[in-house]
Amino acid sequence: MRLAIASLVVAGLVVAASWVTLVKLNEALTTLGQAGSVSTVLLLLVGLAALYLMLPAWRCLRTARGARAALAGGDLVEARVRTASARTLGWITFGYAAAQALLFLMVEFLIANDLAVSRTFFLLPLIESSFFLILRAFWINIYIFLISEVLVLIWGLVVALARLAPGPAGRPIRMIATFYVDVFRGLPAIINIYLIGFGIPLTGLPFVKDFSQQSFAILALTLTNGAYVAEVYRAGIESIHWSQTAAARSLGLSHMQTLRYVIIPQGVRQIIPPLLNNFIGLQKDTALVNVIGTIDAFNQSIIVASNHFNLSAVTTVAGLFILITIPQARLVDKMIARDRRRMRVGTS
Amino acid sequence: MALIEVRDIHKHFGAHMVFNNLALEVEEHQVVCLIGPSGCGKSTLLRCINGLDDIDGGEICISGDRVTGPGVDVNALRREVGIVFQSYNLFPHMTVLENVMLAPTRVLRQDRAEAEAGAMALLTRIGLEHKAKEYPDRLSGGQQQRVAIVRALAMGPRVMLLDEITSALDPELVAEVLNIVRDLAAEGMTLLLATHEMGFAREVASKICFLCDGVVLEEGPPAEIFGAPRQERTRAFLRRIIEAGRL
Repeated sequence: MRLAIASLVVAGLVVAASWVTLVKLNEALTTLGQAGSVSTVLLLLVGLAALYLMLPAWRCLRTARGARAALAGGDLVEARVRTASARTLGWITFGYAAAQALLFLMVEFLIANDLAVSRTFFLLPLIESSFFLILRAFWINIYIFLISEVLVLIWGLVVALARLAPGPAGRPIRMIATFYVDVFRGLPAIINIYLIGFGIPLTGLPFVKDFSQQSFAILALTLTNGAYVAEVYRAGIESIHWSQTAAARSLGLSHMQTLRYVIIPQGVRQIIPPLLNNFIGLQKDTALVNVIGTIDAFNQSIIVASNHFNLSAVTTVAGLFILITIPQARLVDKMIARDRRRMRVGTS
Repeated sequence: MALIEVRDIHKHFGAHMVFNNLALEVEEHQVVCLIGPSGCGKSTLLRCINGLDDIDGGEICISGDRVTGPGVDVNALRREVGIVFQSYNLFPHMTVLENVMLAPTRVLRQDRAEAEAGAMALLTRIGLEHKAKEYPDRLSGGQQQRVAIVRALAMGPRVMLLDEITSALDPELVAEVLNIVRDLAAEGMTLLLATHEMGFAREVASKICFLCDGVVLEEGPPAEIFGAPRQERTRAFLRRIIEAGRL
């Protein structure tokens, strides 16, 4: 009963706070001259939707009352059942109240200080006018990402195989590969891009110095991410049980044949989720190329931002990055789930 | 000259002595069974003969050629010597047919049609031709082990090493695997097997070798080893086997 009353009070408070926020939002829209019948209807609808929180609280109270009545009537079992469902309803109310409070807090943040936050980050006219400029520059990010990803996949495998080179003859190869991985995993990508992007042209080396800025960016990102992906490959290869190697070698397959036909095909299946994670990281790293002056989406948006003294164009870039990442993140989830299912089948 | 000659080999893992002057001979068309307490080196011996493990001293010869030490083409050796493992070790990402065809196409460089015909003939022989397109995890343990035997046979080895090939199987699946071994023995294939199936060893073996303390402590025809073992250690071992109801 106490829980029921508490949930009713909390729900009431949150709904009241939501209404206050909505009224403020309406005022803000009026000062902007954006208020109209459409926005009023929308706000009213949101206000009504906020009221929905009262429903579980009210049902909780009624169920709790029912429980009391049952207890008074001596029906212990019925009282217990009702108490349990009242409690569940109470906690449901709290959960939704917390979510709703957070949502309206965010709205408060956006309209705080006379709409300062919204104006700085979400100035719609600027977003609209700069959108295609940004989108065109975003193509540079995608271009850099696609080319480096292909190179990273190849280069990472080469480095991983070098780290697994067998026997005493393979020792120097292993050492140099380990050195490379150590260096480029430790080196921040932004410094690497800076050094290669500005450094190589300065060296005046024939042929290489005439590469485009984007090629240097691709080279730098490949070197950095190649070190990570090499480790992912190596983990995948080493996760395959030694008995598979024994079986392959006992059939007369050489070291390289064993890797190629038996170990790598199995290892790669294991590492698809971590590889996709790395793809996402690489995708985000493409925004770092602005340090060498490549006009990618981020750099373009910075130009727009400084021209208009407003960050809304940067918000566009942020949105674009998030937008292309989400499908991949879901894909990773799906593949991990599928892998788990398959492994469970394997062990049964 | 014996097909396999193991001459006074030494091997140790750290301080633990695995082989201490162990010697063994396997004649062509012989079926030799290695028995002995667990950890006595039966599996290690088979792996050394196949070059999957190194020895620290002595030598192993196959039809007169030394196959241990430097300068040996282990890949060539392994074409002559097939091995089947306790845990089958089929390649899980390949179908049954691909498992059998891999080595003939990649090592012997047979063309696909030839290799496939050979593989299908072998699979038909063990009654698994209808499973050719299946992946190993859809097969029972006994079926997987039969495929593993056939995979080794596809290379046309002169001798087969069988490493406790029925130890991981449910009891009712053991017979289907042993029947294949029985057929191989009847055809005259040279076999060297490490086994805990004493009844089977007694039936098919031309020679039983009892491994203990890094040496072949006692060897002889099955009737002699099982009927009248000379060594006390052999008698103790067999007594425990009988107590466990396995002989």
